[in-house]
Amino acid sequence: MKTLLRWESALFVLLVLVVVGGSAATGGSFLTDRGAFNVGSDLAVMALIALPLTLVIVAAEIDLSVASVLGLSSALIGVLWNDGWPLEAILPFVIVVGAVCGAVNGFLVTKLGLPSLAVTIGSLALYRGLAFVVLGDKAVADFPDSYTQFGTTPVPGTWIPYPIVLFVVLAVVFGLLLHATTFGRAVFAIGANEEAARFSGIRVKRTKFILFVLTGAVAALAGIVYTLRFASARADNGTGLELEVVTAVLLGGVSIFGGRGTIGGVVLATLVLGGLTDALILDDVATEVVTLVTGILLLASVFAPAVTHRPTRGTP
Amino acid sequence: MIRELGILIALAVVVAVTALVNTLFLSGQGIRDLLLNACLVALLTVGQTMVVITRNVDLSVGSVLGLSAFVTADTFAVNPVLAIVVGLVVGALCGLLNGVLVGLGRVPSLVVTLGTLSVFRGLDFMWAQGRQINAANLPDGFLALGSGSVLGLPYLVIITVLVLAVAALHLGSYRSGRELYAIGSNPEAAVLVGIPVGRRVFTTFLMSGTVAGLAGVLAVARYGTVDATVGTGLELQVISAVVVGGVAIFGGSGTVVGAALGALLLSTIGSALEVVHIAQFWQQAITGALLIAAIALDRSVALRVAARLRRQSRGVSA
Repeated sequence: MKTLLRWESALFVLLVLVVVGGSAATGGSFLTDRGAFNVGSDLAVMALIALPLTLVIVAAEIDLSVASVLGLSSALIGVLWNDGWPLEAILPFVIVVGAVCGAVNGFLVTKLGLPSLAVTIGSLALYRGLAFVVLGDKAVADFPDSYTQFGTTPVPGTWIPYPIVLFVVLAVVFGLLLHATTFGRAVFAIGANEEAARFSGIRVKRTKFILFVLTGAVAALAGIVYTLRFASARADNGTGLELEVVTAVLLGGVSIFGGRGTIGGVVLATLVLGGLTDALILDDVATEVVTLVTGILLLASVFAPAVTHRPTRGTP
Repeated sequence: MIRELGILIALAVVVAVTALVNTLFLSGQGIRDLLLNACLVALLTVGQTMVVITRNVDLSVGSVLGLSAFVTADTFAVNPVLAIVVGLVVGALCGLLNGVLVGLGRVPSLVVTLGTLSVFRGLDFMWAQGRQINAANLPDGFLALGSGSVLGLPYLVIITVLVLAVAALHLGSYRSGRELYAIGSNPEAAVLVGIPVGRRVFTTFLMSGTVAGLAGVLAVARYGTVDATVGTGLELQVISAVVVGGVAIFGGSGTVVGAALGALLLSTIGSALEVVHIAQFWQQAITGALLIAAIALDRSVALRVAARLRRQSRGVSA
């Protein structure tokens, strides 16, 4: 617990450094309303998915298919909109499809006992493929302004983008779920020692199944946000985003071996990553350098604790 | 051997069905294309198989290939021989870094290689600065390496088969190779019987990086045009091929030949879909479904074997 607190303080210091350094390097354009709005909007999609994925990783599983579910959700929005469905019907439908995608992952992992890493590498390709099958390489962009405003304008009177409001609400929900409920304690117990959790009466399979369904549903929700923010439904939306999301979760101090991590840490980590990306881009540094910096941050975040106190091999 | 046989049968069925629809599929040129398309992924599966057998994973191979390809292409203007050496060295250095972090630093490989995937790709972009190197900048002799052949066999195929043979021999017949299986089957037991686990894991990552470096050099020869995006996303294809090829993702079993056949099967399915005019959009979906089917099958085989062993041991003690 002590090291955990230390890691979150370190993240906080890092965040302050990013904000101060970012403001200095970009000559003040970073912390203006417009800058903060852009950071927030760009951040929200990745941050949304990081929330349920945190629970999945705490339970010592992983879901690499999230960005593909996002793409499938975006493609479906495009196809159904072209077919004349009203958005009020499309959006809930898409979230249900996302939940079904998650349920398929959950079924393969819990009922068939397959490793989630391999399963979700498979479903990563499968769901992305299905996205292309339904929409092809077309783009659908003729959404009414009243909807795309959700992703492009702030809440009236503030600089806060609507997606960030959505993120804050979900962060509170997932924070409470993980840290203040029996379900959350079960998630930690499963990640720390699955066998012991089973013997103490925790329904391991059902809990994991629910986590995968939640992740799928939120990934589809992120697909909706993505589509509205860029006013463009495409099958390749969010390609490669899974690595960014996993990076954010691990940078937030969640152990890849399970059993350890907090929603607060992950929220801080997403802010650090989002702020860093924005400061670097405002500073005209290529996005690829941002990738490099992100990678180094991730390596540093796992290497620091590994050097100071060695974890026992494998899942403890 | 049974697993390899299964893949071979699947391969034969795909080829036979496609050849019925389009006879050109089995022409000399058709077969050459099939083999050439599979070569680079097959080469990458050699290193990946060794890594996965030890219960690790190397997600950075696509980035290593990309970085090595660009550096190689860029060095050609200076000195062709040096370029090839530099390409290999770049790969080896990338593998060295992964190996140090995973094998000696004991950081989980998934996290390490997720990080180095970004780091190596970032370096690639910094080096390239948005440039593209075209075939016109490369000597014909080198490009012939990618397209030429001897006795009807493309050089690329010959190199791939040689690397495969060396790796297969190492994994099958040498103590250091057999120990990789022991590490993957039971890491704790491997430590107890005195296997230098850290050093062995380090070596597999070094190998994976070096092979990816070689694949990078060959990618330059094959495609002629190189920019900083070469090999993006390739890691998933490689892991898919390895898993379809019967290498258990949880370590301890599998062969490089199986993995290479997995690569050949996946790329053949890709070509077959094109030939029978099924929209290419289906290709990814089918690959994914196939991958899931392969691990499910692998799991059921493993469970059945375990059950049989249990029955046998009961029979012995009774």
